[in-house]
Amino acid sequence: MFPDGAYRGLLAVAGAVFVALVAWFVVSLIVQARPAFSTLGFSWIVQKVWDPGHGKYGLLPFILGTIETTAIALVFAVPIGLGTALALAYLVPHRLRAGLGTAVELLAAVPSVVYGLWGLIVLAPLFRDHVEPALTSVLGWTGLFSGPNEGVGLLLAGIILFVMVLPTMVAISRDVLAVVPVEQVEGAMALGATRWQVLRKVVVPGARTGLLGAFTLATGRALGETVAVALVIGNSPYVAHSVKSAAATLASLIVNNFGEATGTQLSVLFAAGLVLLVIGICVNALARVLVRNTARSGVTSVAVA
Amino acid sequence: MIDPIPAVPHLEEGAGPGTAEELPDPEPAGDPVMSLQGVTVAFAGRKAVRDVSFDVHVGEITALIGPSGSGKTTLLRALNRMHDTVRTASVTGTVLLDGTDIYAPTTDPTLLRSRVGMVFQRPNPFPTMSIYENAVAGLRFNGVRKKALLDEAAESALVAAVLWDSVRDRLNAHASTLSGGEQQRLCIARALAVEPEVLLMDEPTSALDPIATKRIEELVGELKHRVTIIIVTHNMQQAMRVSDRCAFLLMGEDKAGELIEFGSTAKLFSEPSDPRTLDYVNGRFG
Repeated sequence: MFPDGAYRGLLAVAGAVFVALVAWFVVSLIVQARPAFSTLGFSWIVQKVWDPGHGKYGLLPFILGTIETTAIALVFAVPIGLGTALALAYLVPHRLRAGLGTAVELLAAVPSVVYGLWGLIVLAPLFRDHVEPALTSVLGWTGLFSGPNEGVGLLLAGIILFVMVLPTMVAISRDVLAVVPVEQVEGAMALGATRWQVLRKVVVPGARTGLLGAFTLATGRALGETVAVALVIGNSPYVAHSVKSAAATLASLIVNNFGEATGTQLSVLFAAGLVLLVIGICVNALARVLVRNTARSGVTSVAVA
Repeated sequence: MIDPIPAVPHLEEGAGPGTAEELPDPEPAGDPVMSLQGVTVAFAGRKAVRDVSFDVHVGEITALIGPSGSGKTTLLRALNRMHDTVRTASVTGTVLLDGTDIYAPTTDPTLLRSRVGMVFQRPNPFPTMSIYENAVAGLRFNGVRKKALLDEAAESALVAAVLWDSVRDRLNAHASTLSGGEQQRLCIARALAVEPEVLLMDEPTSALDPIATKRIEELVGELKHRVTIIIVTHNMQQAMRVSDRCAFLLMGEDKAGELIEFGSTAKLFSEPSDPRTLDYVNGRFG
């Protein structure tokens, strides 16, 4: 019906709109953040003190809070997400798979503020009265659990993020695990591999490109999550000395301050957004390097990402 | 109704196990290594192969021949319990390996599969592993850890699969760097390394070009001194060239494959006892 040229034109327009939007967004971010850099320089980004009243805008506590909460989330999300995905793709009886798969996708669609409220109302008291005392008595020797049990803090924020990224992790991992060619699975079985060996030695390595994609998306979501984290992290502008400490992330800093911020402080918040963007890009780049290194060693035939 | 028997096609010198003068159909001495007794495979209650019985003897190559849909592959996959993963599949009848029922509740299917190896239609080396790792994958699955043992087994299996000379200098290269024929030989090496008693080959040359096919066929002929082989092929010349004994299957009226005739390859191809076999081996259908 359409000539080829028209399709090409349509696609070109769609691509151009996308590129223009991204460019516009990044450029405005830089424009808005620029006053902060021109008045304060650059070193404040990694300084420790956040005290806008005295003109101190150190972002280090928030950068660390962002990385720490994300790390806590991933420590749980990676093994549990991978295990769940493997179970859904290979172990759960067929008639249960559809239902469980839908449940996972449903969880991915819950608005983050609902997770935040659940964390604040249900998990925070539980953490304060039971989980944190128990962890402190068992793992106190590591030094990670010093200070009072407050419920809200880095640990709870990390756990809420874990719950939030888990559906993403599971849904994507399940899909990439399920498409590892059946010939590979049968090839291993025919050599006398147990089910567990088939999964560990053939299925997971065969899907690693796609699994890294799942990991990257989950990480991106954890780094940037705002409202849920703001509700459960305690919002303290100091470098945390314990996983129980109240802290803040770049995203929670922005959402808690943009209402009153003007002038330099507003510009600093945009700069914080820029820093978050850079962290996101670094994680993405790292994942890409990892993917390229493993893909070069031969997984291209089952790459799905 | 039956046409006069034409000359057996393409019986090259030294290729077939028998000639027209002696048409042996001897019962080999000793117990069969594998024995099929009334084997029926069904999927969701629908029979794909019905009531197949024959014996497989040590050191022989047994070919399963027949047109598409006659259940050759389905039958082959029943012999190392590959149907276990298919929820709707059921195998009835008895398959004995050295006199033991492989479907007995006490039989461990993973252990069975290390005794009855398999080579597939399309070469399927593990793409994330090197040539060496592919060759020893089965041994590692079976718990062998010692480097010296693995090295020795890898070399021996790759030599047996006539791949050693071309890969000895690049054992750490990825399996995907090999050609299709080489990949299939790697898969054969991988299966041999576990030292199975029986090797099941499911149309191992169907994805290969004629030259690679010829080399695999030659290899199969050499391997029979090392392992008993059951090979599925829809290529009658291939069956004639490589096999000692043939099982001819045909799709019955209800779409289930049935064993029409079983006997020595020489007899089956020149003096079959069933007219349908004669028609098939002369290329009148299928």
